Amino acid sequence: MELNKIIKPENLVYKRTPLMTDANLSYCPGCGHGTVHRLIMEVVEEMGIQEDTIAIAPVGCSVLAYDFMDVDCAQAAHGRAPAVATGIKRLWPDKFVFTYQGDGDLAAIGTAETIHACNRGENITIFFVNNGIYGMTGGQMAPTTLEGMKSSTSPYGRNNETMGPPYKITELIAQLQGTYYVTRQAVHKPGPVRKAKKAIRKALEVQRDKKGISFIEFVSNCNSGWKMTPNDSNIWMEENMFPFYPMGDIKVDGELVKSP
Amino acid sequence: MKELALMKGNEAIAEAAIRAGVDGYFGYPITPQSEVMEYLMLQKPEERTGMVVLQAESEVASINMVYGAAGTGKKVMTSSSSPGISLMQEGISYIAGAELPCLIVNVVRGGPGLGTIQPSQADYFQSTKGGGHGDYRLIVLAPASVQEMADFVDLSFELAFKYRNPALILTDGLIGQMMEKVELPPQKERVSEFDQSWVTTGKTKDRERNIITSLNLDSDKQYEHNLKLQAKYKSMEQDVMFEKIECDDADFLLLAYGSSARICQKVVEVSRSRGKKVGLLRPQTLFPFPTQEIARMARRVKGMMSVELSAGQMVEDVKLAVNGRVPVYHYGMLGGKIHSPDDVLQAVEEKYIGGY
Ligand SMILES: Cc1ncc(C[n+]2csc(CCOP(=O)(O)OP(=O)(O)O)c2C)c(N)n1
Repeated sequence: MELNKIIKPENLVYKRTPLMTDANLSYCPGCGHGTVHRLIMEVVEEMGIQEDTIAIAPVGCSVLAYDFMDVDCAQAAHGRAPAVATGIKRLWPDKFVFTYQGDGDLAAIGTAETIHACNRGENITIFFVNNGIYGMTGGQMAPTTLEGMKSSTSPYGRNNETMGPPYKITELIAQLQGTYYVTRQAVHKPGPVRKAKKAIRKALEVQRDKKGISFIEFVSNCNSGWKMTPNDSNIWMEENMFPFYPMGDIKVDGELVKSP
Repeated sequence: MKELALMKGNEAIAEAAIRAGVDGYFGYPITPQSEVMEYLMLQKPEERTGMVVLQAESEVASINMVYGAAGTGKKVMTSSSSPGISLMQEGISYIAGAELPCLIVNVVRGGPGLGTIQPSQADYFQSTKGGGHGDYRLIVLAPASVQEMADFVDLSFELAFKYRNPALILTDGLIGQMMEKVELPPQKERVSEFDQSWVTTGKTKDRERNIITSLNLDSDKQYEHNLKLQAKYKSMEQDVMFEKIECDDADFLLLAYGSSARICQKVVEVSRSRGKKVGLLRPQTLFPFPTQEIARMARRVKGMMSVELSAGQMVEDVKLAVNGRVPVYHYGMLGGKIHSPDDVLQAVEEKYIGGY
C-alpha cells in the first residue's frame, strides 16, 4: 500500500503534542525519560496551561529538558530544583511550576531541598524519575541503586553494609504534612503509561487547587547504565525494581493510603 | 519631608529593601547579619508592599530560590555572612552564568572557617574576583555608613538590571551592627521598571519560550558566551564610584573601603593637623574598581597605602593600577580585630617619612 493513501486525516489515531519541540531527544533509545516528557506536555496541552507553566530542569540526563518541552524553563543546579521552584512559585502563586528530577538529583545531593520544599507544602509538582543509577555521568551508584546491583562505582554490586542501603524517599516525603498527592508510576508499557498520565493530570490539578505538594515517582529503566537491551532492562525492572519500589498511590487527598 | 531614623546598618538594608520595592527575600540566619531577616519579618512586608520573605533551610537553598525568582524578572535578594556566602558560591556562579539580576549582601566576619563573628574585610578576593567557579564578576558595592547601606540597595538593583548581573553589597559586622542616623529613601512601587522580555513566567503565543540556563555543551557557544560576559564586565567601568577626601594636594594616598575607610578618615584628619599631606581614596564600587583614578593619582603622589581588615587583598588591585610607578604599602588587621586610627597613623608616619 502506498504511504500517501494511508496518511489521511480520517486515519489519524495518534498525534505528537505540539508542546514537544522538533528537537531530537538526547536520550538513549529505550529510555523512559522521553515518554515522561511527552506525557507531561500532553497534560499541559490538555489543561491549556502552557502560558502559565514554568518547568525546572535538573542536572542529570534531563538537563536539556528545555530543548524538548515547549514551555518556559529554568535549569537548576544539581539537586536544587525544589528551591528554584519555591523561589518562582512564591512570587507567582498562580503559575504552574514543576520540577523534573533524577534520583541522584532529588534523593542524594538535593535531599534537603526535597524534604524542606515538601515539608513547607510548596504548591509545586515534583516529577521524579527513578532509574536506580546516575545516568548522565556514566552509570555510578545512586541512592536508589538496589542491593547487589552493579554500577561503575559499585562494580561488585551494591553492598548495603558499606555503601548503605537504597532508600525510598517517596515514602519518606509522604509522611510530611505538606505533601498532598504522592504516587509511584511507570511508563514502560501502554497500561502503566495510561495510569501515569492520569496521575500527572491529578498532580497538576492538585497544584491548580493549591493543596500543597504533588509528587510522582516514575520508576524507569536506564538500559545504557544497566548495560542491558531496552527490552531486557524493562523485564529486569519489573522483576527487581518493582518489588522494592511498588507501584501505586501512597498519599491521596492528603491521606496516606498505603502504610510505608 | 525628610524621613530620618536611627538604625543599625543591617536594619537599614532591610528597610531600604522594602522601600526599593523588592519582591522577595530568601535567607538563612547567621551572625552578624541576622537582623536583616528579623527586621523584615517584624515589618510584615507582605502587608506593607506584598514583598515575600522566606526563611530557607540553608544558604544553598536561599541562593537557588533567588536564582528561580530572579529568572522571572522580579527584584529578589538574599543576605548572609562569610560562611553562608561560601556555601552559596555554586548558585552565584549559575546566576552570573545565566545573567540574572539580584542582590546578595555579605556582612563579612573573620575567617577562615567558622572564624569569628567580629568584622573583617577578608572576603574581598571572593567578592571581586568571582568567588565561585568560572570566569565571572559581580558588581560589588562597599558602603561605609548606615546611610550608604540604605542607599546602595536601590542602586544595586539598578545596576543589576542594567547589566543583568548579580550585585553584591560587601560590608562587615561593624557597619552592619552600628547605629547611625539615616535618611530613608522614599517608598517605591513594587512594579518592575526594567526589561522583561527574557523572563520565565510562562510562554505566551507571541514569543518563543524563554530559558534560564548557564549550560552550553557546545564549546564554541560557551566561548561566545564568555566573550560576551567579559565585554559586559569591561563596560561596567562607566559605573565606577569612589570618594576622594583631601586628595587634591595629597602627596601620600590612603586607599580604604567600608569600615576601614571610616577609620582612615580620622587618620587623614590627624595627619593633616601634623602637617602631612595625606589623602584618602575610598572606592564605593570594588568591582568595577577605580583603576584609572588610582593610576592618575600615582602620577601625583609619592606613595600609597591600602588599609584593610585583611592580610592584604585590595592592595593587589592597587598595585596593578599603580603599575610600579610609586611604592604601594599595605596595612592590615586580622582575625576580627579592628585597627585604631593611631595604629594606622603610626604605619603612615613610618612610610611617609622613611619610605621615600
Ligand atoms: C554539584 C555537582 N556535582 C556533581 C555533578 C555531576 N553530575 C551530573 S549529573 C549527575 C547525576 C545525575 O543522576 P540522576 O539525578 O540520577 O539523573 P539521571 O542522569 O540518571 O537522569 C552528577 C553526579 C554536577 N553537575 N554538579
